[in-house]
Amino acid sequence: MNLSNVKGSTMSTPSSSGSHLRSTGDAVSDQFPAGLRVLVVDDDPTCLMILEKMLKACLYEVTKCKCAEAALELLRGNKNGFDIVISDVHMPDMDGFKLLEHIGLEMDLPVIMMSADDGKHVVMKGVTHGACDYLIKPVRIEALKNIWQHVVRKRKTGWRDPEQSGSIDEGDRQQKVSDDADYSSSANEGKSSKKRRDEEEDADERDDSSTLKKPRVVWSVELHQQFMAAVNQLGIDKAVPKKILELMNVPGLTRENVASHLQKYRLYLRRLSGVSQQQNNLNNSFMNPQDPTFGSTSINGIDLQALSVAGQLPAQSLAKLQAAGLGRSTAKPVMSMPLVEQRNLFSFESPKLRFGEGQMQHLNTNKPINLLHGIPTNMEPKQLANLHQSAQSLGNLNMRINASVAQRSPLLMQMGQSQPRGQMIGENGSHVNQLPTSLLQPTVPNRISNGVIRNGIASSSNINAAYNQVPQSSSFLNFPMNQTNEMSVRSFPLGSHPGISNITTKGMLQEEVTSGIKGSSGFVPNYDIFNELQPQKSQDWDLTTAGLTYDATQHSNHVQGNTDVSVSPSVLVHPGFTSIQQTGQNRDTTSSMGKDMFSIGEGMDQGNLQNISQPQNPLLVDNSVRVKAERVPDASSQTNFFPEQYGQEDLMSALLKQEGIGLAENEFDFDGYSLDNIPV
Amino acid sequence: MDVGQMQRQWLDYTRSLFIEGFLDNQFLQLQQLQDENNPEFVVEVVSLFFDDSERLLKDLNFALDQQGVDFKKVDAHVHQLKGSSSSIGAQRVKNACIAFRNFCEDQNVEACLRCLQQVKQEYCLVKNKLETLFRLEQQIVAAGGSIPMMELGF
Repeated sequence: MNLSNVKGSTMSTPSSSGSHLRSTGDAVSDQFPAGLRVLVVDDDPTCLMILEKMLKACLYEVTKCKCAEAALELLRGNKNGFDIVISDVHMPDMDGFKLLEHIGLEMDLPVIMMSADDGKHVVMKGVTHGACDYLIKPVRIEALKNIWQHVVRKRKTGWRDPEQSGSIDEGDRQQKVSDDADYSSSANEGKSSKKRRDEEEDADERDDSSTLKKPRVVWSVELHQQFMAAVNQLGIDKAVPKKILELMNVPGLTRENVASHLQKYRLYLRRLSGVSQQQNNLNNSFMNPQDPTFGSTSINGIDLQALSVAGQLPAQSLAKLQAAGLGRSTAKPVMSMPLVEQRNLFSFESPKLRFGEGQMQHLNTNKPINLLHGIPTNMEPKQLANLHQSAQSLGNLNMRINASVAQRSPLLMQMGQSQPRGQMIGENGSHVNQLPTSLLQPTVPNRISNGVIRNGIASSSNINAAYNQVPQSSSFLNFPMNQTNEMSVRSFPLGSHPGISNITTKGMLQEEVTSGIKGSSGFVPNYDIFNELQPQKSQDWDLTTAGLTYDATQHSNHVQGNTDVSVSPSVLVHPGFTSIQQTGQNRDTTSSMGKDMFSIGEGMDQGNLQNISQPQNPLLVDNSVRVKAERVPDASSQTNFFPEQYGQEDLMSALLKQEGIGLAENEFDFDGYSLDNIPV
Repeated sequence: MDVGQMQRQWLDYTRSLFIEGFLDNQFLQLQQLQDENNPEFVVEVVSLFFDDSERLLKDLNFALDQQGVDFKKVDAHVHQLKGSSSSIGAQRVKNACIAFRNFCEDQNVEACLRCLQQVKQEYCLVKNKLETLFRLEQQIVAAGGSIPMMELGF
């Protein structure tokens, strides 16, 4: 290490490497990433010391901070003094996410969140709040070695800032473009974003030449105040970059700078007001369940609504779905939700509903599940916000939906506690007709059915449609789905259920499959439809499943308590989806796949999931037994989805350990589910 | 005891700590961070951990002693203890914290108190072990030897 004065220094001392090169903070030194200026914020002195040591070992310039306020002061006082910030999530004086937002708005630096908490929702929060990475403690030095990539990435996209705002997520660029288009700001923005994309190569070249040409606009507090004053003066709806720029009257500031900042700001606002909006949405959406045609439409409606609430399903799509799938005209434009944009939501929703009421309730109470958070990476920030809100509302939704669904439809797969079979299909009334009743277990307690219904609903054409939508937004991409991919939850024996209309269950199946399609015929053979609808959405599915599972896991915590079906599909779903994609089988297995979701429960670690896919056994068989065995692991299961630091094995063992479920891979016999066997 | 013997003893002792689960891989990471520039790094960090943990344990005692237990606070403390123990590789302490957190969620005071006892116990154990280890190290260095590199290959 060439750092000479490293020990215990709180102020970073310029290291011999590259610090001088970083005077402007723009130059990419030859020794890069050495000399990267890192600010570490953590209230835990032990961790702080260890991190500092590790970062220094990586040849970075480290500054330590014990509290968030001090960190902000430091950052504000030294605008270009740092390249990247690493912050703990739980801090006494200020929430890590708040700090994250401040930094994003004011300084636009890449921020890495860090915590011993590896719950999905927390990580998701990080994503939605704009963190560029999330590290789980204990942090290993290997994880720190590569943090420079975030700096480079930000710079690259940051340069394009004028045309696009690189705030949310690098992956959001696409969304940004569309987001720009959404913004009323102007056609210019849309154009510029397009231009931006075209110019990406140019930009790359520029960046490669190492010196960042455009000085990054640092949104200082004063500047931000001016911005806000201008926005307030104009009215948030009428605030267009051009006018804001004029009002601000800051020399050197371009409209593009303002535009990107505005985007960020809007997202921030949405996030803040997300909950209230979602509530409203939920209320609207619940209306639908009351629909007499509850059987299918209602369910669909519910789903749609839920979806719409989540903003995932575009209103039009919902209507279409409803009409198409159900053949009903009841497709109420439930989707009044403004959030419709987010398709991803849909996928999230499904798993949610699956969980029994108890679960749902639980969810709602626990957290406004921002399942959506971070999921739709493709979604524009706006949508993200929507999703955010939707996610929250989903939690509520799920609850309500379950409640309403449960009451209403005996058809709803009342998946037997032990067997989530009838989950999906039963509900869809008309659609479900095709499903063999045996599969559907009408007596399944509502709880499950709710969840199932969700699935089932999903299965219904509506959902399928939804799925179509969903996959598109490969929002889940963010999730380290890679890992889940491996888990092909091929276990859905979709093919085995002849009665199940492919169409309906398609969507669901996908979800279910991941969840550990345990043979319950409850699979909503959405997959078929899904397949049809989205021929290549495999990716999306993965993503969506990820989302689904994600949600599922969240819910699963609570679910466990209530249902036998303790399967927190989330886990299952998650991997399942990805796997489904991969195997491509999921699609085909339209049949009972749905049930898997429930049966698998969270306990299924990824390994199990894989098992599931293999066996082709009757779906119905295993469910009952398994379901019980599986507990919905609480947050721990969620870790599955964020395999960043965990291998599958780790996650599995972590899950198992935490859950206390000795679910060995063998336990989960997803024998029935091998995707291979499922006839397309 | 000559240096070689002491070194072997140190190695055996360290290995036993890993085998018994007191320490995990993270501790190795710490050891690897130590170098000539920072020959006392591990000792320093661990001392910091001891101080911090004792403070946290005291706070936990206090919080659980209240009439109306604030579980959020308790959970926050345990969470922090979990974070720091995992950062230095004190595996058993970390696991005890994880169990503790579950009971916090359930808001079960009795169980929490039991968990606290458990955590305290694990903490004391690992503290003793590490102090013994550090004494051994001191002896080796005093005798002119160097601390062997630990490999997790046993």
